[in-house]
Amino acid sequence: MNTAPMILLILVGLVLVFGVGVVVYNRRTSAPLEVEEAPAKVAVQAGADVEAEVDVEVEEPAPAPGAVRRFARAAGIFNGSFAVLRGKDKITSETWEELEETLLRADVGLQTTTALLDTLKSRVGRKDISTPQELLDALQGEMAGQLSSNSRELHFDNSVKMPNIWLFVGVNGVGKTTTIGKVAFAQKALGRSVLLAAGDTFRAAAGEQLETWAQRAEVPIIRGNEGGDPSAVIFDAVQSAAANNRELVLGDTAGRLQNKSNLMEELKKVRRVAEKEAGTVTEVLLVIDATTGQNGLSQAEQFALATNVTGVVLTKLDGSAKGGIVFAIETQLGIPVKLVGLGETIGDLVPFDPEEYVRELFAEA
Amino acid sequence: MFDNLSSRFESILKKVRGKGRLTEADVDEVLSEIRAALLDADVNVGVVRTVVARIREAAIGAELSQALDPGQQVVKIVSQELTAMLGGETLKISYASKPPTVVLMAGLQGSGKTTSAAKLARWFKSQGRHPLLVGADLQRPAAVEQLRTLGKQIDVPVFSEPGDPVTTATRGLAEARRIGKDVLIVDTAGRLSIDADLMDEIRRISDAVTPNYTFLVIDAMTGQDAVNTAEAFHNTLAIDGVILSKLDGDARGGAALSVKEVIGRPIAFAATGEKLDAFEQFHPDRMAGRILGMGDMLTLIEQAESVFEKEEAEKAAAKLFEGDFTLDDFLDQLQQVKKMGSMSSIMGMIPGMPKAAKGAEIDDDMLKVTEAIIRSMTKEERRQPEIINGSRRTRIAKGSGTTVPDINKLVKQFTEMQKMMKRMGGMAALSGGKANKKGKPGKVNPIKMAKAMREMGLSDLAGPGGSMKGFPPPGKNPSGIPSEGFPDFRDFR
Repeated sequence: MNTAPMILLILVGLVLVFGVGVVVYNRRTSAPLEVEEAPAKVAVQAGADVEAEVDVEVEEPAPAPGAVRRFARAAGIFNGSFAVLRGKDKITSETWEELEETLLRADVGLQTTTALLDTLKSRVGRKDISTPQELLDALQGEMAGQLSSNSRELHFDNSVKMPNIWLFVGVNGVGKTTTIGKVAFAQKALGRSVLLAAGDTFRAAAGEQLETWAQRAEVPIIRGNEGGDPSAVIFDAVQSAAANNRELVLGDTAGRLQNKSNLMEELKKVRRVAEKEAGTVTEVLLVIDATTGQNGLSQAEQFALATNVTGVVLTKLDGSAKGGIVFAIETQLGIPVKLVGLGETIGDLVPFDPEEYVRELFAEA
Repeated sequence: MFDNLSSRFESILKKVRGKGRLTEADVDEVLSEIRAALLDADVNVGVVRTVVARIREAAIGAELSQALDPGQQVVKIVSQELTAMLGGETLKISYASKPPTVVLMAGLQGSGKTTSAAKLARWFKSQGRHPLLVGADLQRPAAVEQLRTLGKQIDVPVFSEPGDPVTTATRGLAEARRIGKDVLIVDTAGRLSIDADLMDEIRRISDAVTPNYTFLVIDAMTGQDAVNTAEAFHNTLAIDGVILSKLDGDARGGAALSVKEVIGRPIAFAATGEKLDAFEQFHPDRMAGRILGMGDMLTLIEQAESVFEKEEAEKAAAKLFEGDFTLDDFLDQLQQVKKMGSMSSIMGMIPGMPKAAKGAEIDDDMLKVTEAIIRSMTKEERRQPEIINGSRRTRIAKGSGTTVPDINKLVKQFTEMQKMMKRMGGMAALSGGKANKKGKPGKVNPIKMAKAMREMGLSDLAGPGGSMKGFPPPGKNPSGIPSEGFPDFRDFR
């Protein structure tokens, strides 16, 4: 068949559709926010009758910080390189190549790697450093230094309009729902009264998944209808928490790719609506998968623009990925990593300790 | 998809393209930029080293041949290398002589196995098969419920039972045989490649169901670790192909290149959206062309052909060029375009689409708005939009939930389009009519097309770099920013 008219049809269709679309789209985004949509049917359920299951889930306590190697079960990043590096008593071009490749392999990224190595090269030039071992030590120091300036406390404030609201955002499949389950468990252990809000109304069975975590952590949960308005679910949860004197609402949101502007708009709305009546958003935690490559920076940028991200949760650091993108996120965007996910059970979430993290990267098997 | 990588290469190659001779310094500069682009795209360090070396070697050899100009040589070499890296050819699915054909899904947590399993089932259905899904992810809370919900959406049965994943998979196979399903897709729990127990478990699942195809699901955003994951799964399971998920994001997707290079298995499918039909067979050869900024015209045409009813399209086209293309016909065409996938993925496939437009994420809801407006018109209004007066406009706006300016804009643009098409009719009849007489499919003449489109004020669809099927752009628009006559997509951001 003749393809020319067909392609034209498509092109013309596109032009026409977009011409109209731009107008309508702009009008929509400038329209005043309305929240009076009827809240989705809400079921409040407390998961108090699942003690047996909870016992099983929590019998493995998190190890004391710094006591054991917890990150990156596989090995430190330099394991393959130590021999090459230390085999020489002088710093050669091969040394630099080896360092560069090692950092790139850990997803540190070309820009950050080049910056780190340039600093070290000038120190070598000043005769500050002369052996490969000194170079490694200096690199470790520089990397730890990049992660030193941020406060990593989770922000909970009794003096604000209660409840505190922590929102969890991120792309699909990074572990938001699992992380919320773990945070709920940890915050409850601190004596805080927690309520979960199942704001992922998009993905099939996301609500059920969070509900299982609510039962494991023994905290109540507010759910809406699948396909419903996530803002309404979060709003209802905050109202419910305010009415029942609950201190902390943990809001789940659907995973979304950061280049989907309509979904990012939806997320902005969730954040605005969350504190419309009661409650204050005191944390917006961006969940990032440790296997993520350089796209992690774009994720942090876009989510920060949309929701004013206050911290990063780095998940799946118990695998072979090293999560090196956090250096770029911290140095370029100033967003601190606050928590680290290390497994599928409820206790597998620990505060991020940059010293420990960098030490693990340099660890020897 | 691969947009950033494309634009990086475009800017690199632009430097080389105009030159008459390629010096060694040029080669080195190009190579160092290509290296940086590949690393930024998360291509594995080792793979980058290999490919850069290959390109260098080929570039030096080619310099002596002098058959092409140096710019063309580099384009060709890089394109060839990337095509080879991306898989070389398309994976063809063949079916087991004794059904069911068994497919096993494997991958890390959160890579998108469950969604991909459902998308794959839908794909098999579209091939006339009858799949059964097995939920063997008994680890993640509500994973089976998720699969059941998705199964309902695509009308594919789901089998699962609590207990042991190996047993569930085995029973699922028996169930498929019992109810006469010819494809079995087994979803499994996400697992880390260094978790020996779970890797052993999936090996036992594999032994139990002896899959015809084992697919590794890889997130397009994966970094350097993709090769470790792929190697570990390949060593345990013998992977047949890769499903690249979340390719509709802005990740450059270098992981795809690395994985293919490391395990030597093709990328079979790519998931390009959250909707269950956003799933397509991966075309490595075309994707390499796309990385080089040539667009993916072939995919677009193929998809269009499978969707458009032949006569219908021809009838519409004839009407279009004669100028009696009505809003009703336009509505029909919109439906057809919608079937091809999301607007942004179609946009991405049109070569020479301005960068701002390519990058813009287009809301498919906008289609619905246009549809709503047209559907709010009477039959008469759709045939003769010129009769739409003030009160009709108000009524249509009310009916479609839009405003009068929206209606005005649509009507105005539609009328302009009608005029353009009429003008173009003669030209297209010339190029298309001749081919049809011979009974062969007509070919698009890219230069004529581009020229005609430019005359119509659609310059940005034709250029810059607007090489339809690889022809050089007849006009120049170095800024890459859409000029008049094309909506400014920067507003979308």
